[in-house]
Amino acid sequence: MTDLTSFSAAELAGLVARGESSAVEVTQAHLDRISAVDDRVHAFLHVDTEGALAAARDVDSRRAAGEPLGPLAGVPVAVKDVLTTKGVPTTAGSKVLADWRPPYDSTIVRRLRAAGTVMLGKTNMDEFAMGSSTEYSAFGPTHNPWDLSRIPGGSGGGSSAALAAYETPLSIGSDTGGSIRQPGAVTGTVGVKPTYGGTSRYGLIAFSSSLDTPGPCARTVLDAALLHEAIGGHDPLDSTSIPAPVPDVVAAARLGASGDLTGVRLGVVREFAGEGAEPGVLAAFRAAVETLTKLGAEVVEVSCPHFQYALPAYYLIAPSECSSNLARFDGVRFGLRVGDDGTRSLEEVMSATREAGFGPEVKRRVMLGTYALSSGYYDAYYGQAQKVRTLISRDFTTAFDQVDALISPTTPFVAFPVGARTADPYQMYLADLFTIPSNLYGGPGISVPCGLADGLPVGLQVMAPTMADDRMYRVAAALESAVGPFTPPAL
Amino acid sequence: MAAISREEVAHLARLSRLAVTEEELATLAGQLDVILQAVAQVGEVTAADIPPTSHSVPLTNVLRDDVVASCLTPQEALSGAPDAAEQRFRVPRILDEDVAS
Repeated sequence: MTDLTSFSAAELAGLVARGESSAVEVTQAHLDRISAVDDRVHAFLHVDTEGALAAARDVDSRRAAGEPLGPLAGVPVAVKDVLTTKGVPTTAGSKVLADWRPPYDSTIVRRLRAAGTVMLGKTNMDEFAMGSSTEYSAFGPTHNPWDLSRIPGGSGGGSSAALAAYETPLSIGSDTGGSIRQPGAVTGTVGVKPTYGGTSRYGLIAFSSSLDTPGPCARTVLDAALLHEAIGGHDPLDSTSIPAPVPDVVAAARLGASGDLTGVRLGVVREFAGEGAEPGVLAAFRAAVETLTKLGAEVVEVSCPHFQYALPAYYLIAPSECSSNLARFDGVRFGLRVGDDGTRSLEEVMSATREAGFGPEVKRRVMLGTYALSSGYYDAYYGQAQKVRTLISRDFTTAFDQVDALISPTTPFVAFPVGARTADPYQMYLADLFTIPSNLYGGPGISVPCGLADGLPVGLQVMAPTMADDRMYRVAAALESAVGPFTPPAL
Repeated sequence: MAAISREEVAHLARLSRLAVTEEELATLAGQLDVILQAVAQVGEVTAADIPPTSHSVPLTNVLRDDVVASCLTPQEALSGAPDAAEQRFRVPRILDEDVAS
């Protein structure tokens, strides 16, 4: 029998539903794969063997009792360690939460359990989701299954590397500036940032509340759509959750898989199709544009003149919100406390705790945000960035008057060697050059593998209007049907 | 010219409640200077009449019915606390003794 880890989530759900394989067998196969390869990949911070097998047994007994099962019942999933899991360690990649076991489940995790998926464990990430390589994880970097000397992207590098290493068929990420899409691109997997408000932030440890968006990661577009449907939709526990049904992403993925894009108008973002990206990335992108044209799409060039200011605006808005959100890590209610020896004041204990608990990138961003929000600088930095955010949203709405969706490379460069960009933080920030505009606007984006450059994966990004997530699934599935799959060398 | 001085960075660290070392201060000052000079590009955009966007979803606040629902028990709420006493989070002293007395 073929190794169960090689199947897609949709196939695995079918095997379980038809009784050709049990959820326990499927789960055990993935746990065995994790045991075999994760010492080299380090995609997981915590593997919940007992919890996973218990959840799998529950699915098997429900099936035996004739109970109806959901479309992903019995399928394993890995969850980025930024989402709370009741009783299961949740660190956000930080020493400050190294020993924390949350007393409640995030909405995403609650919905995953309700759907009958089997949570394998928690995946590695840059500390508090700040980074593009997982090198800022307090627990050591994740390695890219395509080349273990290279980074898997970030911040959700663990979730994407686990897919590429066949340790899980599904995973959950969170995307504030590209933390789902950029890891997807550099690991040759699919990563989706849903419309902001389309997936619940309840139980998502906050980095930048107006931008943070949890979303699905998978090896195929259809699998991502099935996972999106399972986790999406209105949540009364998140006041910014949109009270509307999930766009029909599964139907769109199935429609796209037919390979026909007749009548679809796509816009190449002029500002992202020239300089700023590696030649190999641009070559793969241009070949993908030709493929999309052959599939029937009408492709035109569209200008979004303010997108060039998205990166600087983001690095004012996100750190500002982060400096406020991370104030909660004060050594009082949860997590680390350092220096409480009876001689120090509360403020001294707080400062010692945060100094010991936070890594370098988190410190930089907290200080940057504190600066941008301080009186005297507020108007020139944070206030001006908010106005630029308005102009970027207007660029999107103008573009969507002309085309159904926008396309660009997902990230300017392929997976880079571990250590190549940590010395110069701004060089790391450039990884999110093409993904940040969607976060500022709030619309959805998907990264789908479109080719290889020097043997490493390149992703194509499709961006759609808010709550039109289905459009990008159709385009991505069509491209996938024409060019995929891209399989990494055996580990 | 540097966008930010070492003294300003030290002040920011205090505001941020980060007891950074002298060595970190030197590194951070250089890095924050590079980042600030780059993000200052937002100032190139003419946006005097443009309204700011704080949030991408145009939602207004909603009030729910005030009904009793299940919530964390005190034991659960305190389960992650570094120190707890008498169903409360225990913290170090907040006021200096000369202020308190």
